[in-house]
Amino acid sequence: MSAGVAAELSPRGSRHWVRVAGALLGVWYAFMLTYRFEILLWMIATCLPLIMMGVWIEAGASGLFPDITAVSVARYFLAVFVVRQLTVVWVIYEFEWHVNSGRLSSYLLTPVDPAWRYVTMHLGEQAARLPFFVGVVALALLLYPAALRGEEGEGWWVPSLWQVGWFVVLTYFAFFLRFLIQYTIAMLSFWFERASGFEHLSYLLFLFCSGMLFPLEVLPTAVRELLLWTPFPYLLWFPATMLSTGDVELTRGLAVLLGWGALLLALNRVAWRRGLRRYSAMGA
Amino acid sequence: MPASDPANPQPTVVAEGLTKHYRVGDKQPGLFGTLRHFVKRKYRNIEAVREVSFTVAPGEVVGFLGPNGAGKTTAIKMLTGLIAPTSGRAEVLGFTPFDRKPGLLRQLTLVMGNKQQLMWDLPAWDTYRVNAAVYGIPHDEANRRVKAFAELLELEKELTQPVRKLSLGQRMKAELIAALLHHPRVLFLDEPTLGLDVNAQTAVREFLRAYNAEHGASVLLTSHYMADVTALCERVIVINHGRILYDGTLAGVVERFAPYRQVTLDLEQPVEAVVLAGFGEIEEHTGQTARLLVQRAALTATVERALSELPVLDLTIGDPPIEEVIAKLFASGEEDQDDRGYPENQENAEKEAAA
Repeated sequence: MSAGVAAELSPRGSRHWVRVAGALLGVWYAFMLTYRFEILLWMIATCLPLIMMGVWIEAGASGLFPDITAVSVARYFLAVFVVRQLTVVWVIYEFEWHVNSGRLSSYLLTPVDPAWRYVTMHLGEQAARLPFFVGVVALALLLYPAALRGEEGEGWWVPSLWQVGWFVVLTYFAFFLRFLIQYTIAMLSFWFERASGFEHLSYLLFLFCSGMLFPLEVLPTAVRELLLWTPFPYLLWFPATMLSTGDVELTRGLAVLLGWGALLLALNRVAWRRGLRRYSAMGA
Repeated sequence: MPASDPANPQPTVVAEGLTKHYRVGDKQPGLFGTLRHFVKRKYRNIEAVREVSFTVAPGEVVGFLGPNGAGKTTAIKMLTGLIAPTSGRAEVLGFTPFDRKPGLLRQLTLVMGNKQQLMWDLPAWDTYRVNAAVYGIPHDEANRRVKAFAELLELEKELTQPVRKLSLGQRMKAELIAALLHHPRVLFLDEPTLGLDVNAQTAVREFLRAYNAEHGASVLLTSHYMADVTALCERVIVINHGRILYDGTLAGVVERFAPYRQVTLDLEQPVEAVVLAGFGEIEEHTGQTARLLVQRAALTATVERALSELPVLDLTIGDPPIEEVIAKLFASGEEDQDDRGYPENQENAEKEAAA
């Protein structure tokens, strides 16, 4: 290889990757905008936290649960809704299809790991979803203004800058953790034709252990403590509580979250390498 | 082995004893077959590529010929690193393809007539933008390259409309731009003209020829259109049942696999087929014209006999068209001793069709 060619082909360091990420984000955003109507429907399909909010406002008002009030659960589920909108992950369906149809091949032939494309695809979709869910949050606050101003004795809901900052960070950590869980399960596509079956199982755990159906405060302390060692609370409850009350054990939470992240990343890379040996690049 | 061939000291592509076995499910049709397959899976080993060895020199354009299911695509998948060989060695530009090192991926491309990398709902330009970033091509340079390619392919405003709105020919041209934007040194082209009309086929062919001339790239091309092969390749590799049957010049195929010549007769009056059959194998016979295949060894004697016994107006002798030679070659490949006792060819064809 001539020196000139070698120079042109050398990797370009961080600036190169910023450019790759920027180009991918821009293109996926444009791609997702062509599906804006579908995105609206998907968003409505992820409104479960708002339904749970309605249920729990009643429960909170009943006084059955000493730790929660109608206002506190309203704030919690609104925050859950926002986290959910920014952490929707569907990579397994995309990946499974790409493996089974051989479409993964064209990704494999470029010098950038396919994970870049999948992650930016999700972030592009989030950007396309943003105006819709901001509208829904505004509507929810309009319908239940108490969440914002509080009942008598409770103050306005004004999270501190510190809370908001961590909320954003933890929400993206939640996204990456959820992505890693699903993308690792997605690797099973190399062994099974329908890896999404395993995802349904994991979703069930997610539903019950993440704080999607109920705030974890209503659980017995021992159960909650146990759950906090699993990755699930960090997908919703942890960032949502950071915004609604700020009452979380940040250090331990971060340690558990990052620990799971590192473990899943390692698992993912091992499965990726082994899986590729089984890939048959059907049709191409 | 070819790697040490003094004529090609540093081949860009090396296949050495390349072999790929697949395990595929074997289910009988019908409900009973389905239930039995569910309870007790039966698998069969398919030897898609068997001990294939060849090299491609820098700048060389090689036609890779074979019927459906011969193992061409599987061999290309191994050489591009998409799948791991069962045994044997693949090497491209000094890299092992399956390692998928960026150094290799930046210099390689694969174009498949039945697959696409362009994003369906967006204009081709969006894919080019991503590719430019991924391959680290500066903006201006990428613009210049796209413009130059688009000019050769007579594409322009098509590049800013959604890919799904393009015709098949336009889409293939747009695919080629995406595949060659990074100026790869090794091109694997799997049926790049599949389904295109004659004009588009010619345009694609001319474009590939121009690219090869300018960049001196090595090309391995499969195509069912012999015109692609005759226009672009000096050398062909013929593969069937996963094995190489021939590797040499295009003209050599005719020499080696067509031990007969084509004799065309214009006759004064119609002659019955029974009579003509005595002179050679009848390829075409319409009343007063006939085309016969005559063994090279018997050519002179047969021509003399035809001139004296038949009412010949005109007689021409030529080589049979390469298409026919190849078709005959593949047909005779079926009779090739198959030690595994099952028609692999058909199975592989089904596998490809299903994909």
